[in-house]
Amino acid sequence: MSTNPPSLPPPPKPQAKAVNCPQCGAAITLRALGQASAVVCESCHAILDAKDPQLQILQKFEKIVSDERPLIPLGSRGKLRGVDYEVIGFERRSIKVDGITYSWREYLLFNPYKGFRYLSEYSGHWNDISVCKALPVVDSRMSIPSEANYLGEIYRHFQTSDANTDSVLGEFPWQVRVGERAQVTDYVHPPRVLSREVMAGEITWSIGEYMTGHDIWTTFRLSGSPPEAIGVYENQPSPFSEKFGGIWKTFAAFALALVILMIVFDAMSKKEPVFSSSYQIASGLSNGEASFVTDVFELTGRTSDVEVATTANVQNNWIYLNFALINQDTGQAWDFGREISYYSGYDSDGSWSEGSRHDAVVVPSVPAGKYYLRIEPEVAPLHPYISYNVSVKRDVPVFSFYGLAFLALLIPVIIVTWRSASFERSRWSESDHPPTPIIRTENS
Amino acid sequence: MTQPVATCPNCGAKIVFKWSSSVQTVCDFCKSVLVRTDLDLTKIGQVADLPPDISPIQLNTEGIYNKKAFVVIGRILYEYEQGGWNEWHLMLNDGTSGWLSDAQEEYAVSFLASGQKLPAAAQLQPQQQFSWNGVTYTLSVITDAHFRGVQGELPFKFWDKGNITFADLRTESKKFATLDYSDEQPALYLGEFVEFEDLKLKNLRNFEGW
Repeated sequence: MSTNPPSLPPPPKPQAKAVNCPQCGAAITLRALGQASAVVCESCHAILDAKDPQLQILQKFEKIVSDERPLIPLGSRGKLRGVDYEVIGFERRSIKVDGITYSWREYLLFNPYKGFRYLSEYSGHWNDISVCKALPVVDSRMSIPSEANYLGEIYRHFQTSDANTDSVLGEFPWQVRVGERAQVTDYVHPPRVLSREVMAGEITWSIGEYMTGHDIWTTFRLSGSPPEAIGVYENQPSPFSEKFGGIWKTFAAFALALVILMIVFDAMSKKEPVFSSSYQIASGLSNGEASFVTDVFELTGRTSDVEVATTANVQNNWIYLNFALINQDTGQAWDFGREISYYSGYDSDGSWSEGSRHDAVVVPSVPAGKYYLRIEPEVAPLHPYISYNVSVKRDVPVFSFYGLAFLALLIPVIIVTWRSASFERSRWSESDHPPTPIIRTENS
Repeated sequence: MTQPVATCPNCGAKIVFKWSSSVQTVCDFCKSVLVRTDLDLTKIGQVADLPPDISPIQLNTEGIYNKKAFVVIGRILYEYEQGGWNEWHLMLNDGTSGWLSDAQEEYAVSFLASGQKLPAAAQLQPQQQFSWNGVTYTLSVITDAHFRGVQGELPFKFWDKGNITFADLRTESKKFATLDYSDEQPALYLGEFVEFEDLKLKNLRNFEGW
């Protein structure tokens, strides 16, 4: 600037100033630097006109209605979203639902540069609240719109109720009165809540974000511990909603990994046929055949599994085969028994069948070497001619493992999904739109 | 920048205009309200002491809006039932002028919008909707305020107004509008709510203890 402005006396500096209550004479601290409209005497609770130098009494009380002390004392300072705020006002408000009074507390915060902000507390649940700058969009044709759109996000209607101001302390930017009533409508999109308050015909929208008692205690460096949060609050973020998305992603990733593993192992499996032979049992009365041994076959490569598959032409009959896979050199044996049965016929519902003419079993971890099978068939005492084929394959892929792994992966997904759903049920059970109860037990 | 200089017709103090289009200013020394006709100044009134200041903004506060630097060169102070607010007159570095309001530390920047069809004050009703420049505005509140004082330079002659009706209009975004009925012809200001930190303000007031 080319010319220096002449030095002028600075304007009076606003600061917290002390005055006395015209009702009881107690000292009153004004913290909002003249921005408040009403101030409440902490001693006699008279509500005074903060704009009036004489602090004219706006409302006074025969006896003190409530001696509730704010959990965050007036005058406390804390940093919220990087800005220092001072607690300058406190009010308790309540609603009545089915004859039961539910009350919550609101703290008014002030910063001379940033203005006002609110904290609310209900049953240990906290919200950081500020007035909306943009106008939420609602369907004005509905008396109580079911949802609201605020800055492109959809908020679902939670509750509409008439709130009463039960008690006040400190300073307020409006002319607060005990007994003042407002219609409050909450719309939720956890962790945020959008509230519409109608007081004396004026509509105010505010936006709140969930905070824990621990956050508040840290912010204002309060001693002791915060009141425990009871139940699920309307906009409390679900501890499962993050896990919910995450767990499905993890599940999808693992499922994909399983499919890839399956493909890789299937491709790596040699599926090498090493033996196949057919046998017959003549019809007759004998209920078994003597055991016999097959030709020797060679299993090669790394230690891996062996599939023994059997096909038998049984019809309304069965055959049971006692197998032993025996290493010619070491004598090591794997014993197992397989039953093949197949029944079919017609009845009033049409044709039916049961069982299968084919069976396969996998013997795991068989080292390379020369092997043979010992087979001991058993059949029904009266049996027709039965022929069967036994074949052996080296190194086959096993898919049942993948099925089990898939089920194991599904367990946490199911648990989290279920817990998330039950969390949402608890949330909405407190709303105007309770979920249909599955089982309801009520204590009368 | 060359700054027009004149002398206060009341006390003889030097009057410096920061903005060449200013129509009115207030003498820093004798608080005379001066109106400019060419380079002559006429005293039209005298400002009483303004109430203790509660705004963090003051004359000479600098900031940035929409990538344009501005400096606060004047203000109009209004009062209404719930308190007071300032309309700070901004001079932007492109030579235009705008307004920064600070009602309860809710900051908004607006500009005069001319050539629009405006409703008469008597027709106003809450929830009415208007469309200007393709944006729908919903009337949220009608405020009866009164003129409390002026300071610094203003783009028009503005002095000793009585009661003034204002209508605040909101939108689904941060845009807002104000209808100002201080003159016979209503004036429309279109603007938006702004975040305090986004204005990058300098030369703010200091509040003791903050």
